[in-house]
Amino acid sequence: MGLLAFFRRTPATASVAKERLRIIVAQERSARGSPDYMPMLRRELLEVIRKYVNVDPEAIQINFEKDGGNEVLEFSVALPQKAAAAAAV
Amino acid sequence: MTEIIVVTSGKGGVGKTTTSASLACGIARRGKKVAVIDFDIGLRNLDLIMGCERRVVYDFVNVIQGECTLKQALIKDKRIETLFVLAASQTRDKDALSPEGVRRVLDELIADNFDYIICDSPAGIEKGAHLAMYFADRAVVVVNPEVSSVRDSDRILGLLASKTQRAEKGGAAVKEHLLLTRYNPRRVTAGEMMSVADVKDILGLDVVGVIPESQDVLSASNAGTPVILNADSDVSQAYDDAVSRLLGDTVPLRFVDEPKKGFLARMFGG
Repeated sequence: MGLLAFFRRTPATASVAKERLRIIVAQERSARGSPDYMPMLRRELLEVIRKYVNVDPEAIQINFEKDGGNEVLEFSVALPQKAAAAAAV
Repeated sequence: MTEIIVVTSGKGGVGKTTTSASLACGIARRGKKVAVIDFDIGLRNLDLIMGCERRVVYDFVNVIQGECTLKQALIKDKRIETLFVLAASQTRDKDALSPEGVRRVLDELIADNFDYIICDSPAGIEKGAHLAMYFADRAVVVVNPEVSSVRDSDRILGLLASKTQRAEKGGAAVKEHLLLTRYNPRRVTAGEMMSVADVKDILGLDVVGVIPESQDVLSASNAGTPVILNADSDVSQAYDDAVSRLLGDTVPLRFVDEPKKGFLARMFGG
């Protein structure tokens, strides 16, 4: 890297791009072949949970998996730090 | 045995037509009989990149609708004996393409002993893109090392695995290849652009070519000469390597590292 380049260096964002893509692509791949009602289900679940705990849309993970003849709907919610502490009390 | 290759990407402006034109030329000048078809109904462009825009009399839709024969519509390239172009229609609505019509044209090309049929897909995931990939044996997925292009390519991979004849019949899957365009090794080294390995990692595809970012691409399209025919250009050599790999040869990747600079250039960022 040259001296001039050193002073007008742009931030290295490629790793950020890769990480964001890794997550969104994995999420979109897992949604492929899953039932059409999934986005709706996701929204409604989010609304219900938000009545009790204020969670982020990103905090909800829904996975639909086909395992042999069985279809498994897996669902996890990461509670925010404070709410988790409050719930523990 | 005819092989049908779709050049696709999802996102627009990443270099599908440039790639279709160069791959078609590259394969044809190795003695194979090649037809390259523009599936972008309503937005004809392949003819311009191939430099045959003034020779288009009949197009793909004319053939499908029986208004001319395939022979009348195929434009024979003036540079390469074994290369033929089938232009997209410019005025008709995109519903003019039907799976049966496309199948008929492909069958006629197969009967005419073409070795390769290159289908230049339109952007998006609508009908034109769907039909361009539907009958394909292989797919060249053109990607820029940039977030929206990579994500769209993954959508396309999903469609190749589900909405093609091979997927529906449940036989061998469409063979997918990754072709990176607008690659800038300097920016990759600086950490500003995702590397070949990064994109390969995310999409999980083998790399059939890495095309460096270059002004030669615009010059070539200005002139109507597919960039692979500009022998002096790195882009041309990179496309020719991609052709070798498509035809089954193993050749090392070139133009993926930053060119070495002299002392002064390094000091002052040359």
